[in-house]
Amino acid sequence: MTTALLLAVLQALVVALGAPLVVGTLRTLKARLVGRRGPVPWQPFLDLRKLLGKTPVVSDTTSWIFRATPYILAGAMLVAALAAPVLTSRPPLAFAGIILLMSLFLLGTFFLALAGLDAGSAFGGMGSSREVAVAALAEPTVMVAVFALALRANTTNLGAIVERVSAEPLLAVNAGHLLAFVAFFIVMLAETGRLPVDNPATHLELTMIHEAMVLEYSGRHLAMIEWASAMKLLVFLTLLANLFFPWGVPADVTAVALLLGLLALVGKLVVLVVALAALETAIAKLRLFRVPELLAGSFALGVLSVSAVVLLR
Amino acid sequence: MLRQLRLAIRTGIVTEPPPTEAEIERLGAQVAGEIRVRFGRSLAIRQVDAGSCNGCELEIGGLTGPHYDLERFGVHFVASPRHADCLLVTGPVTRNMAEALRRTWLATPDPKLVIAAGDCAGDGGIFRGSYAVVGGVREIVPVDALISGCPPSPAALLAGLLDALGRPR
Amino acid sequence: MASVVYALTALLSAAVTTAGITGLLGVRWLTRIEWLVPLGGFELEMDPLAGLFVALVGAVAVATSIYAVGYAGRDRRGCVAHAAFIGAMALVPLAANVMTFVLAWELMSLASYVLVLDGARAGREASASTHAAWVYAVMTHAGLACMLAGMLLLTAWTGSPRFADWGAAAPALGAGARSLVWALLALGFAAKAGAVPLHVWLPLAHPAAPSHVSALMSAVMIKLGVYGLLRASFVWLAPAQVGWGVALLLVGALSAVAGVLYAVVDRDLKRLLAFSSIENVGIVFVGTGAAVAFAATGLPSLALLALVAALYHAVNHAAFKSLLFMAAGGVLHGTGTRDMELLGGLIKRQPWTATCFLVGAIAIAGLPPLNGFVSEWLIFQALLQNDLLSWPTMNLVFALAIAGLALAAGLAVACFVKAFGITFLALPRSEAAATAHDAAPTMRAAMLVTAAGCAALALGASWVVPALGAVGATLIAAPPPVTLGPWLTLEVSGDFATLSVPAVALALTGGVLLPIVLLAAARARPRPRRFETWSCGRLLQTARMEYTATAFADPFTRVFDFFYRPVRRLDVDLHPESRFFVRSIRYENPTRFIVDEWLYQPLGRVLRAATRHIGVIQSGSPNLYLAYVLAALLLLLLVA
Repeated sequence: MTTALLLAVLQALVVALGAPLVVGTLRTLKARLVGRRGPVPWQPFLDLRKLLGKTPVVSDTTSWIFRATPYILAGAMLVAALAAPVLTSRPPLAFAGIILLMSLFLLGTFFLALAGLDAGSAFGGMGSSREVAVAALAEPTVMVAVFALALRANTTNLGAIVERVSAEPLLAVNAGHLLAFVAFFIVMLAETGRLPVDNPATHLELTMIHEAMVLEYSGRHLAMIEWASAMKLLVFLTLLANLFFPWGVPADVTAVALLLGLLALVGKLVVLVVALAALETAIAKLRLFRVPELLAGSFALGVLSVSAVVLLR
Repeated sequence: MLRQLRLAIRTGIVTEPPPTEAEIERLGAQVAGEIRVRFGRSLAIRQVDAGSCNGCELEIGGLTGPHYDLERFGVHFVASPRHADCLLVTGPVTRNMAEALRRTWLATPDPKLVIAAGDCAGDGGIFRGSYAVVGGVREIVPVDALISGCPPSPAALLAGLLDALGRPR
Repeated sequence: MASVVYALTALLSAAVTTAGITGLLGVRWLTRIEWLVPLGGFELEMDPLAGLFVALVGAVAVATSIYAVGYAGRDRRGCVAHAAFIGAMALVPLAANVMTFVLAWELMSLASYVLVLDGARAGREASASTHAAWVYAVMTHAGLACMLAGMLLLTAWTGSPRFADWGAAAPALGAGARSLVWALLALGFAAKAGAVPLHVWLPLAHPAAPSHVSALMSAVMIKLGVYGLLRASFVWLAPAQVGWGVALLLVGALSAVAGVLYAVVDRDLKRLLAFSSIENVGIVFVGTGAAVAFAATGLPSLALLALVAALYHAVNHAAFKSLLFMAAGGVLHGTGTRDMELLGGLIKRQPWTATCFLVGAIAIAGLPPLNGFVSEWLIFQALLQNDLLSWPTMNLVFALAIAGLALAAGLAVACFVKAFGITFLALPRSEAAATAHDAAPTMRAAMLVTAAGCAALALGASWVVPALGAVGATLIAAPPPVTLGPWLTLEVSGDFATLSVPAVALALTGGVLLPIVLLAAARARPRPRRFETWSCGRLLQTARMEYTATAFADPFTRVFDFFYRPVRRLDVDLHPESRFFVRSIRYENPTRFIVDEWLYQPLGRVLRAATRHIGVIQSGSPNLYLAYVLAALLLLLLVA
């Protein structure tokens, strides 16, 4: 009981503190790849600390939904952090499956979209409209990828999938599995607002999807939303790393095992972050109405992965 | 795609060390010490064009490039004044932009800085005395620092910004 | 005066609910009044499945009756029809022979027709509303014709009009005969449930009816179509066949996606909710179809799981859809309009209605920790195990159903962000919205009770699922597929999937409170300053600059334009003296309904042509009519 509680606290800390570090490292890498020195990898911590000290400005057209959304979003991401297999194969919320995780992300998107509409400006409405459209179109791919994984492991429980795939390590380099990984990677790009779906560093409102919804936020509200977005990215990357390639994820909860698990996760995350930085540097943002084509392509990959799993049994 | 990455790796980092000279004029109250320390490590700038000829904007645009690289000091540009700590105002403040500048300043959360860039932002520059111009940013919003030049070079802008933030170089 | 009738209806409905719950828990009884109705007598039988649906009717009726006291209490019209409607709906699941069933069904349709027409007369667009009532009447009776044909065939072949006898005699009939009867019955029940392509009456009738009636129709009446399908597939025509399950799966997936796609682009609040009902009926059909398919291929445990999931979703939909319709009624009552392009900012003028609509929106979007999430989760778990079938064609069908359901779930989130956001948030877009008043106390009470019901259905999943499992076990004999683990966890099919709703709710509450506590501890909570919305320093900020409902749905209109087939019309009116000055521009881009255009309009054209040709007989000449009489007489003499 106490070990479970300690594990929960530890996992929450790892995700909460690791998320800004991942985002900062990504920014530094992208800067280096275009020939700039770039910010230090822990810059997001400095940004968050500064934001906490600012007095928020709240619009008088908004309602309680605008003020409540940052907390709801942060809360949903914290629960998602506890439900993902980060440190051990069985997360603190041991019953969690992928569907619960994706629904928690949708909960956050729902409230963020409402907050975008609440401000009463055209920017917010546009951001909300685009964000929910991208999220809706990414859903079929998620479920088909889940189906592919569930077929292989005979369960949708995250911890059980990790344990079953790690019991047969060669399962991870199977064709169906790799196709599902690629499909899920594209979904990650769409859901976390990375290039080529959305440029997180853009200043042009007409090209924004996620940023446009948060244009009204300031101070500690903005800090919580930025932190929640960083946690979402980290949870997605952790899923990609630990769910599809669960090598080195410990099953038992001892100090040594946890440390090794953390090191393995960091190693996998480094590979993913470098790949993501390279991809974002080399690819331009897609026109907004080409994004459904990308998501349809990822859906096709998902269906292919299911067929591969079924046929190559 | 791979060609792009190969070119990036071949070219390497071209950022130059920050400039040492600064042509900056301190106006108004000094920003309190603790806040300057906080802003010194992380600053969000919202650039406001109050009727400028865009010469200053082009120079400011150079700051985000690889040679001057503003981001390595923790400074970045943002789209919304709600996200900003500092307003970087250019232009003589034409009469049509006066109210817009004032509302932008009110939309920025406290504590905030205002840095005026260019001779026009100081007192109207070459447009001083025109019927269409208010004559300097300080007539509309309180200004903390002024970087003169017509237009100020990116090096001068960078030096001025760092000096305004009190950052050791 | 009408308030008294509604209050009485509420009390009677409470009694009905209690009777239903006792039936649900296993109390069975049978009554028969031989002389009341010809051809078999009036016969009622209570069993767990009937008890579930009776309890559902009663529970929703209690809420809508209390709501109606405040909403329509001053309007004498419609209170008796409302009571008759509820009474007929309570009788349908209990009916034990053909005549009783058909009588109850017809009474239900007639009462609702009267209510739709009443609501139409009270509303503004009289001609559109009579059209709605007419289409409703036609579709209901077309469905009744198919259903009656199927039931009479079955009566003729098994020799008895009693439902209990059909279950015993059906296996003796051939597979083809049973499929024919099933197809006829399914057409009738699917038309009542509102599955695509038999759904055309739903988006017309539900918005036209008064809000408490819309709530009843959407929440309960269309579930009776599902009840009929369950009876037909598992009791009357058992054993089930795979083809039936596949048909239901495909129709369900199609309805789910089509329904929500039409809901997303709609600007009428109640019609959006009606299309959303079509979507949810599709989801229930998918669960039912999966149950039939699994039962027919020898996987009774999975069949029971899918059945429980479908029943759970039916119950949940009744709860949150009635809540949503009641809240929409509150909006209509307070502002006088259903058009979202004229609403906005209502969260400040109507806080209670807004909060209740928000609860309903979160529930219907399938977001944790509310009930929509739990039932959709269960349906997904049932579908994801289709691998056990090891039949590639079926695996493909199930994969299509999973993808369709996932798309519908995502689109539902978008739809209800639009519905809640445009109606309640930001600035009011018209004078009516700016001067709205909140709902009356009885309306608020009814909505709050229903919202509490949604939460209870979610947190009490550990009790609801076993209860529904017991109901389902009377239809499919199998061990319970969902067991209870520690911390009120639902364990599906052993360790295939697990979920603990109270744990999720607790975790979310903790997650939301943690940042508040941390920020307070760090003393990082300066009071916010109020200033206008950032609009790039523009001097004028009005409601015209907000996003509109049509604009919000624009990405969907573009992505799915092969489905909506919008027709762009642009009329530019130039000044007569110079073509460089434009007087007015009229731009229309309405979406079209392909089911109407490809199925019903050609059908209507064929029917009209046929009647024109047959109408030649009606020449108007008495001599010709006498000749007809003579010819008929000669023919009968020859034949007899």
